[in-house]
Amino acid sequence: MKISATTSYPSFLLRLYILSRILLVSLLMSAPVHAGGDTVVGFIYVGSKADYGYNQAHALGADAVKAMPGVKVIEEENVPETLAVQNSMESMVNLDGAKLIFPTSFGYYDPHVLSVAPKYPGTAFLHAGGLYQEGKHPANAGSYFGYIDEAQYIAGIVAGGASKTGKLGFIAAKPIPQMLRNINSFTLGAQSVNPKITTQVIFTGDWAMPVKEAEAANSLIDQGIDVITMHVDSPKVIIETCERRGIYSSGYHADQSGLAPKGYLTGAEWNWPMVYTGFVKMLQEGKPLPHLLRGGLKEGIVKNSPYGPAVGKETIALANAAKAKFMAGDMVIYKGELKDNKGNVVIPARQSLPQTDIKLESMDYLVAGVIGSTGS
Amino acid sequence: MNDSALGWWGVPLAILGGAIRASTPYLFVSLGECLTEKSGRINLGLEGNLVLGAMSAYAVSYLSGSPWLGVLAAGAAGMLLGMLHAWLCSYPKVNDIAVGIALMMFGAGIAFFFGKPYIQPAAPHLPAISFGAWSGSAQVRSALEINVLFVIGLGIAPLLSWFLSNTRWGLMVRTVGDSRDAAGALGFPVNSVRAVATMTGGFLAGVGGAFLSLYYPGSWNEGLSSGQGLIAVALVVFAHWQPMRCLYAALLFGGAGALGPALQSVGVTGGYYLFNAAPYVLTLLLMMATCSPERTLSGIPGELSITK
Repeated sequence: MKISATTSYPSFLLRLYILSRILLVSLLMSAPVHAGGDTVVGFIYVGSKADYGYNQAHALGADAVKAMPGVKVIEEENVPETLAVQNSMESMVNLDGAKLIFPTSFGYYDPHVLSVAPKYPGTAFLHAGGLYQEGKHPANAGSYFGYIDEAQYIAGIVAGGASKTGKLGFIAAKPIPQMLRNINSFTLGAQSVNPKITTQVIFTGDWAMPVKEAEAANSLIDQGIDVITMHVDSPKVIIETCERRGIYSSGYHADQSGLAPKGYLTGAEWNWPMVYTGFVKMLQEGKPLPHLLRGGLKEGIVKNSPYGPAVGKETIALANAAKAKFMAGDMVIYKGELKDNKGNVVIPARQSLPQTDIKLESMDYLVAGVIGSTGS
Repeated sequence: MNDSALGWWGVPLAILGGAIRASTPYLFVSLGECLTEKSGRINLGLEGNLVLGAMSAYAVSYLSGSPWLGVLAAGAAGMLLGMLHAWLCSYPKVNDIAVGIALMMFGAGIAFFFGKPYIQPAAPHLPAISFGAWSGSAQVRSALEINVLFVIGLGIAPLLSWFLSNTRWGLMVRTVGDSRDAAGALGFPVNSVRAVATMTGGFLAGVGGAFLSLYYPGSWNEGLSSGQGLIAVALVVFAHWQPMRCLYAALLFGGAGALGPALQSVGVTGGYYLFNAAPYVLTLLLMMATCSPERTLSGIPGELSITK
């Protein structure tokens, strides 16, 4: 007060000086620099973190990252596969200074990651889904992908061994390549036990539709199907419906055996904690992040739930034999001659596609024995 | 044939089963909304009641072990939201539609917030009555497993219809709904009548939520309602504000919703997005068939803010 009352001119200069400092400081503050030096890692989920399924499996991975030293984890759930996810990613970069973001839902990648990533070259965007294309997509983007169809193949063997009617059911959300691959591998696994087995597919149209999923399960059971598996975000409703109506179920994403103590056969599960802590460690050590990370049972990225009480000894032996072949790395699911369910040859005789073959990731057919179609 | 496939017979059976299984939330919400709108207010927030009801029912049933306590808790939670709506709307110049939308977000928001710990555990379910014991077919027996709440809903529809047209209180509700001035001149307490109607409507919607989480599909998660509460509010317009028509509309909607999965299960594999949209297409067609540019909708309460 005293200064401004006596000397007005210098005080004006002083104010200007202070103002310019404030501006400078605020400019510096807006750059994503973090005083603590913690690496900020962002996770974005399409649904609730506790959905007993897809998002929970990822959130368990995020929890493992949280436990690492020098890391700060930020999470956002219930982000739809729309422009909303672009906003989420941008605010994670601009406001939180995230160096690594995991947008975990399939539909986040194209066009959302592809349009945000080029704007922020200092941040890596790693997407769950295996869609990265070398040379075509931004250098700071990437994808990781587990061959969960290997676990579904094992689950198919178990389902084939348990089914009395020879009819299996698969409740699926949308016909994307990863989904079709799960359906096909499950069916081929079951056919390795009983070549005449069929899989009836029902597409519900979206990742989380509890009422429609329950309707689908009831319709399948009415048709005499006695084992149901699924690829939806939250399998709880389907597993519970199967248990209530006294048929077998095979889980997905996480271990749901607690929901169906009698009918739960096995399930195909993710092991994301290993993948996420691995990526964050690479980032902390300054190593380049791989654009495509893949692995199956052998690499420990996917696994099967423990066998339920309804699984017979012979079936366990068959399933374990197949698992051993996967672990040894010489199991091939897709080999010729393989026909799709319209009678076309999709893999000619004497040709075999190992799990790592990129062709399998653009799968657009259902194998013979699957009742359903890939069109919408 | 008992344990084997039903084939094409599965489709009508699924529609019948779906009408019984999936219609109850629509029924309760639309009956509640029908009563509220008859009193001259629109409560668009019933989607929030449904979600909050589902969560409270599941949580209370899990913690207390009694699903019926869960139903009561769901109703009470819905009634509280209804009370909030009535209280906010009792002030002059407050728009009931805007308040409803705000309460829809609020209801869903607190349900998600408090519901996190209850997604994983399994709560005891509401009992069902087996009406299909006469049948040798497991599929028919399963389709005719009828939940007690559905039966109660079946009873409420004619009761509400009788209440509105045959009782003094029903007349009061309708008068308040048709003309605030006339009701005032008759000495009816306009705001109190509307508050009671909104709270009762909220109670019913909450009970509808209890059905979702405690019977069908029978577990709590955040995608549980997926807009059923909103559809049910629209059904009231479709039903021309008549409780019995709300019942038919709810049955129609539940049955049509089962069409998509049932057709796929018998091998009709194309066009499932189209079949899944069947309930909405059906509503549009019926609306078009029953609307006329010559006259206004019959049965519409005069005080509703959409008509003013």
